[in-house]
Amino acid sequence: MVNADLQIDKQYILQLLTAVCDPEIPVVTIEEMGILRDVNVNNEFCEVIITPTYSGCPAMGIIEADILEVLKKNKIKNPTVKLVYSPAWTTDFITEATKEKLRKFGIAAPLHSSCMNWSRPSDINVECPNCNSKNTKLISQFGSTACKALYSCNDCKEPFDYFKCH
Amino acid sequence: MVNQSDLFKYLLHLGDNALIHSYRLSEWCSRAPFLEEDLALTNLALDQIGRAQSFLKYAGDIEGKNRTEDDLAYKRGERQFYNHLINELPIGDFAYTIAKQLILSTYDVLLFSALSNSTNETIANISAKSLKEVRYHFVHARDWCYRLGLGTELSHQKLQNGFNEIWMFTGELFETDDSYKDLVANGVTIDPSSLKVKWLENISEVMKKSNIIVPNVDYMQSGGMKGIHTEHLGHLLSEMQYLQRAYPNAKW
Repeated sequence: MVNADLQIDKQYILQLLTAVCDPEIPVVTIEEMGILRDVNVNNEFCEVIITPTYSGCPAMGIIEADILEVLKKNKIKNPTVKLVYSPAWTTDFITEATKEKLRKFGIAAPLHSSCMNWSRPSDINVECPNCNSKNTKLISQFGSTACKALYSCNDCKEPFDYFKCH
Repeated sequence: MVNQSDLFKYLLHLGDNALIHSYRLSEWCSRAPFLEEDLALTNLALDQIGRAQSFLKYAGDIEGKNRTEDDLAYKRGERQFYNHLINELPIGDFAYTIAKQLILSTYDVLLFSALSNSTNETIANISAKSLKEVRYHFVHARDWCYRLGLGTELSHQKLQNGFNEIWMFTGELFETDDSYKDLVANGVTIDPSSLKVKWLENISEVMKKSNIIVPNVDYMQSGGMKGIHTEHLGHLLSEMQYLQRAYPNAKW
């Protein structure tokens, strides 16, 4: 059986891949995170192109395995995953709707990369995802994963993760 | 086309710097002054291991002998490593590690800014990615320099001692050997000596604000690009490569 028998095109593959979530933030898909960059599919093979958020992101191996599992389960022929570094992933790939999902999950969403002066991270105003206060403070630039910083809210006193601008 | 064996060696150099630096940073796991800092140092290590993986994988492709990034990391001997010596030095105390982090992150920001414009597309892509990360590393080291340098008498002294001890390993960061000639001429890399003035300016600014004196050292130790290392690399490798040496091709 070749891929053509199933009327498989890029749109179909993208639809299947909505089942693949970021293993560290299970409320968003890899497409919503901007990790999924492209799909090349024809009768004989299916290549999924992804880009890492951070170069050492340990989730990439899991994401690759999850993609292959979904495609194999749906009998897609010769699925492969290719990792590309260009264009380099940026938090600007994350859409507004996705940022709202992050907030609801308790992670403060990244500001647009252009609003950030990287050498003065303490100057940026991060909004608490729990009480929306902007009266927050940076605890550490490095949080539970490479892509997040640790903050705490001066008003509701809750600690929270902030998705770093990148 | 550039000389492929020069390119291979240069990629090993970039990969080895990140790999060995990462290994030393990971030694802080569970030993940092407090939990958040434990996470920070190991996050830095994670970025470095990602960079090492990218460069060593590409090195394997260039060499064309089917060696993977893991083969290159775990199955080369000490003399085949081309990292700068500063990366292999033992972690010392926390202030010493911060001094080392400031030296290397200040350097990395300049190096990867330059390499983002490399004529070699793969190097340019990996470097553009790394640049975003090493900026965070610089901010981390800089802010700790302020805290330690302007902290207590003891923290200030420990930071100054750290810089004093490690400074003799900074000269090597700006050296080249014959393998650079072709790569520089073709725009694959830059002559690192061109980064020295800016590096000294940037690092001096942070050190001055931290009340730390820039050490005046006459003798600079080098050897990494020749594969001649300090006594520390062999010990590091014997630990890092233990599993693959004892149980070749073991997987989990």
